[in-house]
Amino acid sequence: MYILVGGGGQVGFYLAKGLLEQGHEVLLLEKDGRRLSQLREELGASVAQGDACEARVLAEVGCDRADYVIAVTGDDEDNLVICQMAKARFHVARTIARVNNPRNDKLFGELGIDVTVSPTRNILHMIEAEIPHHTIVPLMTLTRAGLSLVEVTVPDDTLEPGMRLRDLDLPSSVNVALIVRGEQNITPSGETAIEPEDRIFALVTQDGEQALRAKLLHEEE
Amino acid sequence: MKIVILGCGRVGAALTQLMAGEGHDVTIIDQDSGAFSRLGEDFPRERMVLGNGTDEDVLKRAGIKRADAFIAVTNGDNRNILAAQVARHIFKVPKVMCRIYDPIRQETYNAMGVESICPTIVGAKLFRDAVVNPVSRTTSPTHSLAQGTSVPLTRLQHPAGERQ
Repeated sequence: MYILVGGGGQVGFYLAKGLLEQGHEVLLLEKDGRRLSQLREELGASVAQGDACEARVLAEVGCDRADYVIAVTGDDEDNLVICQMAKARFHVARTIARVNNPRNDKLFGELGIDVTVSPTRNILHMIEAEIPHHTIVPLMTLTRAGLSLVEVTVPDDTLEPGMRLRDLDLPSSVNVALIVRGEQNITPSGETAIEPEDRIFALVTQDGEQALRAKLLHEEE
Repeated sequence: MKIVILGCGRVGAALTQLMAGEGHDVTIIDQDSGAFSRLGEDFPRERMVLGNGTDEDVLKRAGIKRADAFIAVTNGDNRNILAAQVARHIFKVPKVMCRIYDPIRQETYNAMGVESICPTIVGAKLFRDAVVNPVSRTTSPTHSLAQGTSVPLTRLQHPAGERQ
């Protein structure tokens, strides 16, 4: 595959290196001349000088035949514009943007970016997951499908004994994919019993997440 | 009108003074507090908001939720583009404008419905008009430009028939 990477900082450098090792055709674009010569030392001809926001630069490096454009500069606005230009002018099928402000995650999805990666959000979620209280932890967002993979631990106090998954009466917007009980992984059906401290992994829409919260944690948004 | 302006550079400051002078309720955002000195002594402090204008919280502090118009005129094309799209998509501001220096970028975003002005093209056309057709538009800014600075050039490229 031909993959264009915009922004030759630490993320861009290791990303380009990793993709090259996987055997892809990679071109890393960096606008700063001094940084460029450092990158050339390691990556050779897989680095070119230029601002990936500029259509002329994108045209020169054959953006129209790129399978992926990945924007990983330190600035959200630059990453947005790189991806939007690649989509609008060169019809690139898949664009990935690094996002620093977690709020931009959702916005970038709405603005046509296929995948957003937010290190800030990931760390926030990780910390959230480490803290042992009963809440719905978002693990992964599937932007295009409008779905999230979430994890929730069943509290001790909300279940009647012998309750089964179907007794929770969850709507179709909640798709329970896996229940982890101690060391045991259970592929659930409606008949699966629910026990306190079970970890439920589910694919949910936004409405589904609220329903799950209401049914299992008895919380209203 | 309630107007939020992003970027207190020369254009942002002039625009703020122009519109506030016409009686509009203008709030201006910049991430450098020194930039506000361009507004002069009389401009009220509570109408200046310090922060990154692509950040939703900063925009809210500037009253974006009640704004009739948002204008992004920072020095960065991409910053203006992001801020304009935040104003449009998240806050549904009725009228959103931004400045984009790069003509190709401006054309691209224009097609995507992001309204903008490209000073590069506007400036180039003003100079062209000032040089090629200096006296035909008495009401446009080209008139004063032509009167002021284009005399040697008009000798080189004056339209045929008007040569003096």
